Amino acid sequence: MLTAILAISLLALVFGVILGLSSRYFHVESDPIVNKIDTLLPQTQCGQCTYPGCRPYAEAMANGEADINQCPPGGQATIDALAELLGVDPKPLNAENGVEEQPMVAIIDEQVCIGCTLCIQACPVDAILGAAKQMHTVIAEECTGCKLCIPPCPVECIDMIPVRQDIEHWKWPYPEATPEALQTDASLTPEAQT
Amino acid sequence: MKKPAGKLWHFMGGLHLPDHKDVSTRTPIQQLGIPGRLVIPLQQHIGEPAEVLVRAGDRVSKGQIIARASGYYSASIHASTSGTVVDTIEQPIAHPSGLSAPCIIIKPDGDDRWGKLPPQQDYKKLTPSTLRSLIREAGIVGLGGAGFPTFIKLNPGARHEIDTLILNGAECEPYISCDDMLMRERAEDVIQGLIIMRHALQAKRCLIGIEENKQEAYDAMRLATHALGVADVEVIMIPILYPTGGEKQLIRILTGLEVPHDGLPIDVSVAVHNVATAAAVYDAVEKSQPLISRVVTVTGDGVHGQGNASVLIGTPIQELIEQFGGYTDKAQRLIIGGPMMGFTVSSDQIPVTKTTNCILVASPQETSPPDTHYPCIRCGDCMDVCPVSLLPQQLYWYARARDFDKLQNYHLFDCIECGCCAYVCPSQIPLVQYYRFAKTAIWEQERSRSKSSLARQRFEFREDRLEQEKRERAERMRKKKAALNKPKAGSDANEDPKKAAIKAALERVKKKQATRGVEKTNVDNLTPDQQGKIQQINERRATTQVPAQNGQTDQADKPGT
Repeated sequence: MLTAILAISLLALVFGVILGLSSRYFHVESDPIVNKIDTLLPQTQCGQCTYPGCRPYAEAMANGEADINQCPPGGQATIDALAELLGVDPKPLNAENGVEEQPMVAIIDEQVCIGCTLCIQACPVDAILGAAKQMHTVIAEECTGCKLCIPPCPVECIDMIPVRQDIEHWKWPYPEATPEALQTDASLTPEAQT
Repeated sequence: MKKPAGKLWHFMGGLHLPDHKDVSTRTPIQQLGIPGRLVIPLQQHIGEPAEVLVRAGDRVSKGQIIARASGYYSASIHASTSGTVVDTIEQPIAHPSGLSAPCIIIKPDGDDRWGKLPPQQDYKKLTPSTLRSLIREAGIVGLGGAGFPTFIKLNPGARHEIDTLILNGAECEPYISCDDMLMRERAEDVIQGLIIMRHALQAKRCLIGIEENKQEAYDAMRLATHALGVADVEVIMIPILYPTGGEKQLIRILTGLEVPHDGLPIDVSVAVHNVATAAAVYDAVEKSQPLISRVVTVTGDGVHGQGNASVLIGTPIQELIEQFGGYTDKAQRLIIGGPMMGFTVSSDQIPVTKTTNCILVASPQETSPPDTHYPCIRCGDCMDVCPVSLLPQQLYWYARARDFDKLQNYHLFDCIECGCCAYVCPSQIPLVQYYRFAKTAIWEQERSRSKSSLARQRFEFREDRLEQEKRERAERMRKKKAALNKPKAGSDANEDPKKAAIKAALERVKKKQATRGVEKTNVDNLTPDQQGKIQQINERRATTQVPAQNGQTDQADKPGT
């Protein structure tokens, strides 16, 4: 009896030590949840979520301070992805934060610009080029369409225009399913099939 | 070991389709005249659009370069006829989106006057790289439909050696017959182009694959090889099976080699070029003529006459249709390319480009099945016909569900969009549409991912920069403050030298004064004569000093009074 207890305890001790050591020496560095959330966010840095940038919002979400539906530029697609990552139910976008819009890009009316540099200071991604009393311009490829440059402009020379649809970036439309086909196909998602 | 002559291989899947080619091969290739207006897109190839070299109002001659290749993956563009450049503007081009792209508009003057062409050279004396740059200058791209710059495909690179050069004369898609007619009428030019390409690639052997339904073209090509004395060029008849004309499929049939799914023909030491490309290479090298025209098939029940025409690049499709007698009552859809892989366009004002091989004016009977489609019944027919051994059903489900990761696991990007799966589908599901949608959606996703990672990088950089600026400013402030506070804090150390300096100065003065009072050492033992002189001088000094001082004070006082 005693031998059995001792043997089992010894085994438990040995395995415990092995496990403890292996958890230390074979430790797998996992990506912190903040980084995972951050990669899902659109990186517009617009602050519509009430946090000063996407990273702070990700941190707030990781700490449970912010909800997943506060990102208008990301829209429903981002909310769904966040819901899946965090294991919560998706919900519609919070209207207080804004509405989902098509992608926009800022453009400066260079005739009107007085070169005050206020927009340069406001841009979260340094996408505006210029110097004091020199004309400013937006680097369109780097503009995230956050609109943060619009309020500081004293002469209202910045406009938001929809991103131009060109052939290189054109997307084939999703094939329209006819209503009857849709009804019957509803249960035939890949999950239902496999 | 050399393979026995006539041995051919097979690829998986494929379809036998009614070819509808006889209607457009009854008449020889027509020469289409000069249109009233040429619309020449800057991008007619895979890669970067060309850079415009002309301005509105410039006069251009035929064959003159009007846009230069901008980078390696690009092709130059030449004026198709002489005339005046009207402008460079956005015009709808041959693309399924119906969107516009920059085009050079030329108003022809009708003279069709050639400009100065580069001198002809004997290609045999040129190095492969000079030959490639010659072909690059001529703006030649793959004329089979993809439009990949030809000179790149003629460059085996340092790591590879090309064993087999294949000329693709399969033309497997129904209705299209431009390559067939070209081989019938310009067989010798095609073969000579092939020989030039062989020189550029230093290929060991040459094969020409022609489908069985092109007997006349086959005969013409055989005859041409004999006439030119190049018996080592094998003209091979291959069975009719769609899509034999696909690059990887043709390689499989002719050589038995399988190109890796993520590889290129060059990985199995093979290069494939279209027959029309070979003819263009011949024109460029032997006649110094750039690529400014191509053969286009006009066919379908929607147009009165059907046939092939040699068309200047930039000719609006409408002029081509008019040449063939205009539209019939049955005309319903305008398709660029064939019925299987082509796409519908909404306007006939779009121009013929280097890659436009066929214009199909389809009647309602000829168009693809109606938009209604039914649920997939998992019959597996699509899988049997897929020439790249994919699982079209699975791809369909995942494309429907927008599951892009799974689609890539199922090798969506190996799909050549041949349309076999959709053709056999009993439920008439537009499968290719789903795959096209998914491909472009994945590209967009990648683009937005890279854009957001750039934005993140820039945002973080800016945060760091602001933080650093703040630190630097604080540091500067601290230093300034320290500099101001220093005198108070270290007063003893600071004032001592000053005081010491003053002290030293005072001491020096005192010393001087003290020395004045001291007995003069050199006045001892003087002669009376010397003493008398000193006396005299002292007296004179006393008398002269006093009036001078008085005079000075007077003068100084005068301005004051």
